This record gives sequence, structure tokens and C-alpha cells, in this order.
Amino acid sequence: MKEKWHPIKNYIDSSPRAKSMVLINLTMIIFCILFLAMFIYLGIFVQTSTIDLYNNSYNNRQELQYKNVTRGTIYSSDGEVLAETRTDDAGNEIRYYPYGSMFAHAVGYAVNGRMGIEDYANYYLMHTGASLSDKVSNDLENVKDPGYDVYSTLNVELQKVVDDYLGSYNGAVIVTEAKTGRVLVLISHPDFNPGTIKEDWESITSNPENSQLLNRATQGLYPPGSTFKIITALEYYRENPGEWEDYKYNCEGSINHGDYRVSCIYGTVHGELNLEESFARSCNSSFVNIGLSLSRNRWADTMEDLYFNRPIPTDMVVNTSSAYIGAGSTDYDIMQTSIGQGKTVMTPLHLNMITQAIANNGVMMKPYIIEKIVDDDGNIVRDFEPESIGQVMSADEAAYLTDLMMAVVEYGTGRALITDSYTCAGKTGTAEFAQDINESHAWFTAFAPAEDPEICVTIIIEKAGTGMEYAVPLAKMIFDAYFGV
Amino acid sequence: MQLALKYYVIEFSKYIIAFLMVLYTSLSVTTVVSNKKKLVSVCTSVQSGLMLVVIFLSFLEMTFVSGMEEYLYLFAFITLFLFFMITIVSIIYDKSDRILLNNMCMLSGIGLSIVSRLSFSKAFRQYIITLISFAICLAIPFFIDRFKYFKQLLWVYASVGIVVLSIVLFTGSKVNGANITYTLKGITFQPSEFVKIIYLFFLAALLYKYNSFKWIFISALITGAYVIVLVFSRDLGSALIFFVAYVMIVVMSTHNYIYLISGLAGGALACIVAYNLFDHVKVRVVAFMDPWTYIDDQAYQITQSLFAISSGGWFGSGLMQGRPSDIPFVNQDLIFSAVCEEYGLLFAICLLIICMCVFCRMMMLSYRIADKFYQIIVYGIGIMYIFQVFLTVGGGIKFIPLTGVTLPLISYGGSSVMTTYIMLFIVQGIVIKSRNYEQAHDERKMAPDKKLY
Repeated sequence: MKEKWHPIKNYIDSSPRAKSMVLINLTMIIFCILFLAMFIYLGIFVQTSTIDLYNNSYNNRQELQYKNVTRGTIYSSDGEVLAETRTDDAGNEIRYYPYGSMFAHAVGYAVNGRMGIEDYANYYLMHTGASLSDKVSNDLENVKDPGYDVYSTLNVELQKVVDDYLGSYNGAVIVTEAKTGRVLVLISHPDFNPGTIKEDWESITSNPENSQLLNRATQGLYPPGSTFKIITALEYYRENPGEWEDYKYNCEGSINHGDYRVSCIYGTVHGELNLEESFARSCNSSFVNIGLSLSRNRWADTMEDLYFNRPIPTDMVVNTSSAYIGAGSTDYDIMQTSIGQGKTVMTPLHLNMITQAIANNGVMMKPYIIEKIVDDDGNIVRDFEPESIGQVMSADEAAYLTDLMMAVVEYGTGRALITDSYTCAGKTGTAEFAQDINESHAWFTAFAPAEDPEICVTIIIEKAGTGMEYAVPLAKMIFDAYFGV
Repeated sequence: MQLALKYYVIEFSKYIIAFLMVLYTSLSVTTVVSNKKKLVSVCTSVQSGLMLVVIFLSFLEMTFVSGMEEYLYLFAFITLFLFFMITIVSIIYDKSDRILLNNMCMLSGIGLSIVSRLSFSKAFRQYIITLISFAICLAIPFFIDRFKYFKQLLWVYASVGIVVLSIVLFTGSKVNGANITYTLKGITFQPSEFVKIIYLFFLAALLYKYNSFKWIFISALITGAYVIVLVFSRDLGSALIFFVAYVMIVVMSTHNYIYLISGLAGGALACIVAYNLFDHVKVRVVAFMDPWTYIDDQAYQITQSLFAISSGGWFGSGLMQGRPSDIPFVNQDLIFSAVCEEYGLLFAICLLIICMCVFCRMMMLSYRIADKFYQIIVYGIGIMYIFQVFLTVGGGIKFIPLTGVTLPLISYGGSSVMTTYIMLFIVQGIVIKSRNYEQAHDERKMAPDKKLY
């Protein structure tokens, strides 16, 4: 009975004692597997969720770092300080924003809650890379350890151009790199001064209509107006391969369908148009005509591909654009959606991403605003690489849309951008939400150079008038500044 | 200079503790896996030293961070006690199992450290209860060896258990939404902990003799009564522990795996019924499935626990440098999250491996127990122990829904500590009895000495 237990022999052995041993071993194996699974789960959980959970507002552990860590500095891509913590002689810490309100929404604030880079990079700003011996000597001298510094992708020069132009207008501008998705400019007006947010909090929050804290560039949901014709045109191209060039329409200034009527802007009669001319001149009648011919299901699929009605994959705080086409849509809904009116709303960031995909052979890039995290000695702790979201349209479709958008600048509503220095492709929009045309939102989304795109610009100016008159000139200033004209 | 030392200890000790813990754990695994007598005895001696240093560094860190010397006194008391326990048990019971004893001391030491970190006064109470538990337990192996009527008390075990639980159900006081405690002369008990032991003796007394379907059915009815009383008093974790132990023990005594399959199927069915019937079951599942939506109320506890675990990282924040007290009921149900936060994940995983070692050691000891009655008891104690660890740890890390049981030997709670001590000393007693028997047997057969170390 006392010889050593043998794994194989004992399985064949049918004595009760051997059977008990098999069961005991089985029990041990089951629990070992269960615990192993738990270890793996724990390891993955800690590795992947530490930063997210640290930033959760229900997690009070941030207070631990306030005692030991001086919040890190936020830089622009070229090394200008955008936010830093200064300590006065009495040891009081003040968060200082050298550019005042210029980077209000992009850099954000870190008191009374958090926003912008102050929020996205909060974990790093409040954690230190100081070595153990440095920590000990800091403890001895009674100074705090320095938090990690953050380099953003933001460009001070371009940001200033936009900030000056927008002035007291409400609106938003976002500029990204066409091939990477790096955010160069992120502006939302009305803004606020992050340095005095605590003092101003009362007046900011007591005035909800003004919504100064809303980042209109990433969260503002606007009717896209004629800029949405990009999507309508893409869908027409998809449904009519090889035949889209034969499209003809005679514009009489408005179109009637059933009991409904849609007019062109200022009631302009555009006359005989092909598809490119309809797009370049932004003819509403022609696009309503196109929209009524499209398959509802396939159109809905295309919008889904382009991230309508589902969250955009990005680390920034965004809202989800919505555009509904389906079995329940009435003809009136279709007519409105074709020209970006009705229930259709989207964020400037989302329009910028679609523009960027067109500029990048159909590959949409994840927009990002943090370039890298460095420690006090300048060593890179984390480097953020461009990330592809996926091929949202084929390279063919992107080339076709680029041609249409170039026509807008060559002879359409974007003529103000004609210059010898660079070529540009874009689409204007005038989102009507009131009877008075001068109360419309002015849209423009564009990229340049058209042949080998470098940057994408998306502009919305609230209640300014037409995109052609108010948004296109700002795009020109941005391109001029970027290309050094 | 002294100041510098203080900060060095505060910054560095967590790394040293983690390293020593890894070392201790590897030795633990070695002792369980190896059957070389000499190697094992060296390992257990080194372990005692490591144990001392880990606990010392923990208390030193707490002393420096808090600036309270009381922690060092507590350390002295704890060390004295652990030293005393290992020595006395080894002297009185020379056939006791040193591997089990060592790990038990280590877990007790860690438990007292982390409870001290959370509340000094609770740690002191816990220390006193541990002392009393040990004093009671010291006599257990003696009784097991001499008292011959354990097997004959079948109906005594069955009725005492049910009566005790029912009294609590109808007259007990509500703690943390569960009707599981009973206060007698100012001392609060959690009887379901002690009933575990009575229940195990009942099952063993029944199943070592009767294996027919009729008796399995009767035992199922009685187990069902226990489980239902526990579910009604909202002690879901204990109900699950009773159930799992029952299924495994039946399979163990009948060697019929159909009971395993039908037991698990029946258990799954019972869970679904309980989910639909009881709101307090539903709440746990909801908090498990979607904690971030219900972060305000139902899932507040589990999300706070996740914050704690994630904030610690691999080496932890260092003792008294995190915020484990943010977690509701951290002392009892979620102590493991506190360990994760302040000692770090590496240490916490080592802790679980030590728990696995305790379990595996009990399983391996049960191999050799010839008397089926005692074999079932050791096996059952092993299952109850490890399944309880699984429930509380798995619940706290959102691996499974949270059920609210203690982590044996680590959590604060007198009933829990005392029960675990009693259970482990019952195992020791049975092992000693079986080794004595083997020895007598061997001597009669004049066989060479082959007894377990």
C-alpha cells in the first residue's frame, strides 16, 4: 500500500484508494488552472487599465500625488510652454498658462475637474520618473518630485492665426496632418482663461447658453450643410460605377418632389450641370435629385463606414455624429439629408477626419494631440505613433472625391483659394438653421497641396453667413501660414 | 543620517519586501513539490527567517510613514507569537506538518500587517483573537488522537448546524446588509463560519459509512437546508462554499463522477433560480456585468476595489502610501485589494500561490490518510479553504461576481480567523493521528522507516 504513487499505473488501478488519488489530483489541477487564469486576468487588468482608472473622477487617489508630485509641463510641438506649474516662495503652486485663452480647450484646465491635454495626460503629469535616490534626496530637501512632461502636437503659430481671425465669432477650427492624424490646431470659441478658471467658474457656469466649456471642435454637433455633399457624392459614385460621368441635371433654382420643395442658395439658377459642376457650385437641387435616386440601405452602410452613428476611435472626448437613413425615412428626410440638413449633425473633428481620409488615399487616421511623454531628464517615456483607423473608402473613391473638391477651388465656391503657391481641394457649406441666410453657419473643409496632401483644415463659424465668404478666407490664411507664403 | 535612513526605508522597502516574498513563495512551492526530506527541512528553516524579515520591514515602513512607534511594539508581539507557535507545535506534536504550519504563520503575519495598516486598534483585537484561537487549537490534535466517538455523532452534527443557523436567521443582527451575525454578551459571532466545521463532520460521518443513492439523497436534502438558510440570510458566499464542498465530497466518497456533473448542473440551475428570486443576488450580478454604469451605488464597492488594484501596479504604493480605506468593507471582504494596492501585484500573486500551497499540501496529506472519515474531513477543509479564497479574491478583482466572504487568515474578523485556525489544526491533528498509526503499523511489520517527514 505504501509504494510511491504512479500517475499511469494508478489510473489503471481500480482500487478505491487509487480512485481517491485520481480525484484529489483532479481537484488540484482544476484549482491550479482557476488560479492561473485569475493571475493572468489580474496581470492584464493592471497593465492595461491603470491610466484609465486613475483618471476616473470617482478615484480619489489623485490626492495622493498632490502631496508628492509637482504637475508636469505641457509643451507645444516646437517646445513652447503651454502650461506649467510655478511654485512661489511660500510653496504655493500656481498652474500658469502663458498663452491665456488661446489654448483653452486644447490644453484645458486641471482645477474644478479637468479638460483637454490636462485631462488626457493627467496620469503622466501627476506621476514622476524620478529615480529612487532622487526621490530620497527630494524627500530630504522637502521638495516634490517633478511629474512627467508632455509634448503636444499643437502648433503655436497656426493656432494664433486662427485665434486672431475668429475673434469674437463663435465657432471651431481643427487642423490635422493629412498622413498622420496629428492635431496642429484645435480651437473652440467662445473660450475661457484656464489660468483663472477657478475665479471665473461662477460666471462661466451660470451662463449655459454661452457654453464656453464645450469644446465645439470635438463635441459641437452642427448640421453639416453642403459639406455633407461629399458623402452623398461618394455614395452616388459607389452606386453608379462607370456611369457617374454621364450624370446630367438642369437646375431651375429649386426642386419639387411630392409636396416638398428645396431651393438653391439665394435661389440661384445653376442651369445645365454634370456631377462635378453640381458639387463645385454646391447645387442643392441637383444633390436632392441625386439623393432621391440612392439606395437607402447602401447609403446607410456608407455612413456607417465613415463613423456616423458610432463613436469615433480617439482618446479625445468627442460626441458622435448622426445621420439617419433607413426604412422609416420619408422622401423629405432623404431630400434634407442629401444636402446635410434635417436631422443630420456632425462634429467638426469628424468632418476633418473624413477630409483627412480623402487626402490620405482613403485611410482614416486616429486623431491625436499628445506627441510624447518625457521625464525630467528628457528621456522619452512614451512615444505616440500615428495609428490607422482603417480604409474607410477605396483609393479610387478618394481620388474621385479629390477631383470634385479641386473643382470647388478651381471654379466653384472656393475660388478665393486660387493661388500659385499651392493647390487646394475643399468643400464649402452653409448650414441653415434659421430663415435669415446671414444667420447660417459657415463651413469649409479642405486639404492642401491637393497632389500630395500635408494638412487638412476644417472650419465652422457660427452665424456668420456663407462658407464661401467667411470660412474660405480663414483657410487661406492657415495654408499661407503653414506653407510660408 | 537617521532621517536619510527613514526615507530610504520608505522608498525601498516595497521592492525588498516583494523580492523576499518571491523567495519565500518559491521555497513554499519547493516544499510542496519536492519529496526530499533534507531539502524540505532546509527550506522551512529559511522560510521562518524570511517571514520575520518581511513582517519586520512592513512594520518598519509603517512606523516611519506614520511616525508611531506603537507599530514596532505590535511587530514584537507578533514575532513572539509566531516564534512561539512554531516552536511549541513542533515540540508538543513532533509529527505535525511543518510546511502547513509555516505557511499558516506567514499568512497570519501578512494578515496582521495589512490589518495594522488599515486600523491599529483592529489589528490589536485581531492579535488577541489569534492568540486565543491558537490556545484553543493547541488541544485539538490531542483530542483527535484520543477521542474515539467523532464518527458516531452524525445526527448531533446535522441538528446542531441547522439549529444554530436558524437562530441567526431569525434573531441575528444585520451587518452590511447580511443577516449573518449573532451578538452574545457583547461579543459578535458569525456562526456560519463555525457551522462549516460541524457540517464537514456531519458529511464525513454520513458518507464514510453509507454510499447508496438513498443516503446521498438524504445528505443532499440536509445540505439544501443549510444552503437555503444561508441564502435567506444573504450570506451568498458561504452558501456557495457549502454547496461546492458538498458536491466534491460526494464525488470523493462515491468515486462517481455523475454526481459531479449533476451537482454542477443543479448548482447552475439553483443560481439562475436565485438570480430571478432574490434581489440581493441580482444586484451582485448587475454590479459585476456593468460596474461603470452603476458606479454610484450598486457597483461602488467593486469599482473602488478596482481603483485600488490598478493604482498599485506591480510593486504597490508602499504601506500607508495608498488609499485602501476608500474601499467599503476593505477589512473583511476586500482585503486582497488593499494588499494589491500597497504591497503590489507581485506580492499579491505570491500570496495567492502560498494559499495554493496550503491547499495542495492538504490535498497531498489526504492521500495518505487510510481512514476514510478523516480523509473526507481533510479533503473537505481543503476545498472549503481554497474555494473561499477563490470567491473573495475573484470577487474583488471582478473575475466573478462579488459574494462577500473573508480571505482566510488575512481578513479582519474573529470568527473567520478562529475557524480557519481550528480547521488547519484539525488537519494537523488528523495528520498526526495518521502518522502515529502508520508508525505503529510499520513497527509491527518491522519495515524500514518510510514515514513522511
